[in-house]
Amino acid sequence: MAERFTKSMARNIYLGGSAFFVLLFLALTFDTQIRAMPERDNRDQLTDQVVRGKHVWENNNCVGCHSLMGEGAYFAPELANVFDRRGAGNSEVFKAYMNAWMNAMPTNVPGRRQMPQFNLTDQEIEDLAAFLEWTSKIDDNDWPPNIEG
Amino acid sequence: MKYESQRVAMPYFIFALALFAGQILFGLILGLQYVVGDFLFPEIPFNVARMVHTNLLIVWLLFGFMGATYYLVPEEAQTELHSPLLAWILFWVFAVAGTLTILGYLFVDYATLADVTMNKLLPTMGREFLEQPTITKIGIALVVVGFLYNIMMTALKGRKTVVNIVLITGLIGLAVLWMFSFYNPGNLTQDKYFWWFVVHLWVEGVWELIMGAILAYVLIKLTGVDREVIEKWLYVIIAMALITGIIGTGHHFFWIGPPEYWLWLGSVFSALEPLPFFMMVIFAFNMINRRRRNHPNKAAMLWAMGTAVMAFLGAGVWGFLHTLAPVNYYTHGSQITAAHGHMAFYGAYVMIVLTIISYAVPIMRGRPYGNSNTAQIVEMWGFWLMTISMVFITLFLTGAGVLQVWLQRLPESGEALSFMATQDNIALFYWMRLVAGCFFMAGLVVYFGSFFIKGQASPAEEVRGPATQEA
Repeated sequence: MAERFTKSMARNIYLGGSAFFVLLFLALTFDTQIRAMPERDNRDQLTDQVVRGKHVWENNNCVGCHSLMGEGAYFAPELANVFDRRGAGNSEVFKAYMNAWMNAMPTNVPGRRQMPQFNLTDQEIEDLAAFLEWTSKIDDNDWPPNIEG
Repeated sequence: MKYESQRVAMPYFIFALALFAGQILFGLILGLQYVVGDFLFPEIPFNVARMVHTNLLIVWLLFGFMGATYYLVPEEAQTELHSPLLAWILFWVFAVAGTLTILGYLFVDYATLADVTMNKLLPTMGREFLEQPTITKIGIALVVVGFLYNIMMTALKGRKTVVNIVLITGLIGLAVLWMFSFYNPGNLTQDKYFWWFVVHLWVEGVWELIMGAILAYVLIKLTGVDREVIEKWLYVIIAMALITGIIGTGHHFFWIGPPEYWLWLGSVFSALEPLPFFMMVIFAFNMINRRRRNHPNKAAMLWAMGTAVMAFLGAGVWGFLHTLAPVNYYTHGSQITAAHGHMAFYGAYVMIVLTIISYAVPIMRGRPYGNSNTAQIVEMWGFWLMTISMVFITLFLTGAGVLQVWLQRLPESGEALSFMATQDNIALFYWMRLVAGCFFMAGLVVYFGSFFIKGQASPAEEVRGPATQEA
């Protein structure tokens, strides 16, 4: 670097640049969370049951194998759109599917990836289904590209 | 080593390396489970092994950062550490808490672990990388606060160098952003948004300050280049890191709910994120070319060059590959993400910790000019085996990811293969990745072996310029 470019100039770019972008990031966060998100995450349908379902999701570390909106592990299918894929977008169908699926695990097919038996109660399975249904309805810029997730 | 209290870095480095070995072991288990789905089921299901693999990584890197800090801050400040006793106490607290948490993952069912650690009171568990019980999270926060107190008391009473200021700024950022791990709202989109305040703003933000400071310190020591020059570079690199990386967080906001302007902001700024890593490459090679001495510890020099190059490839190039929104639409959450994650973490953070270990550990063992030639050659074999294996792991995962996108993401609904059918189709790549992983483990064993070779380098091995015990 040319000698005219001094250390204090470099420091000022660092301090000024990072301060500016921290403030910009905070402003954008404010806009995203306060203005934009209420219209995109259908929070009017965010019931107590959905929140309970989220805790079922967390307490069993589902994200350790599955992805949800593309985040998590990549060992098992994406679940943000499983309501559409396996429930055909119908709450009752999806609940019945979830009940049958969760109780059938593990398949014990030799050599196949296995999902543990989590021993969830019927209520917990219903809560989890409600959580996944709510998640499927978030406006996420049309991700994933197709139904397979 | 100028100050006796720097020696407290030693247990941190040793424990970090032990956890590193555990991380790789569980990586191999995971790699095998990808192709032999029921391996170790139900004893160690995939989600448990993955949690152990990623949490060990995070914890051992934190141990590495702390060791590096305890080593270099007193020397930079030209004073003894404020309290070596506190550093030792915090070491044991962190080591015991970390070990108990990992054992908890392995031997207690996760839902039970959540229950007995009273996750209900403040639910923070069950989120990727933040799986630790809430009580462990509180423990980490307390350890980091105690650590920062010790370090800042040391730095404030001594010489205030740019390396120390940048390192400590990064560590304070690490601690502050960790607070977001306690925020877990019931609304998933908010949860995800602020989850990235820990994950992205750590690895693509403040950790780059820590990495830059450690690299600058090692280069000052190894090359003897004037501190003023190195400090100027350091400021420019971290300026680039924060100017691109903060708004660059937006590349995680594409598909999790936030509004569309993030597609533009995230794409543009994260496309610039390779810049600081590219500058680190230029920086490292420039300083080495302009070196005023040939330090006999050539292994440390190799690690310093290696971390700059591999961080650029893994974090920079492999990050850029899938960061633009129209590309990421198809690659998000595929094996391409996994490929990037592996090489970025290895290149940037694993290798910077191994760099400072390579430089500092021989000195703490009474070998001021480095290990013997034989030990250095063995260490370099470890370097190349691990690094080349990681390149192949990344290439095979990228191959798997490209095929996954081709089969599962690109076709229309109805024509696309299902997730599991796709996995069967790309199994060959997972097998090859597993083989590369075994070579990585072999490299790690060779690397560990280098620590058991006796003897030390002599100042006579310095070809040019004076060798001084000080550096």
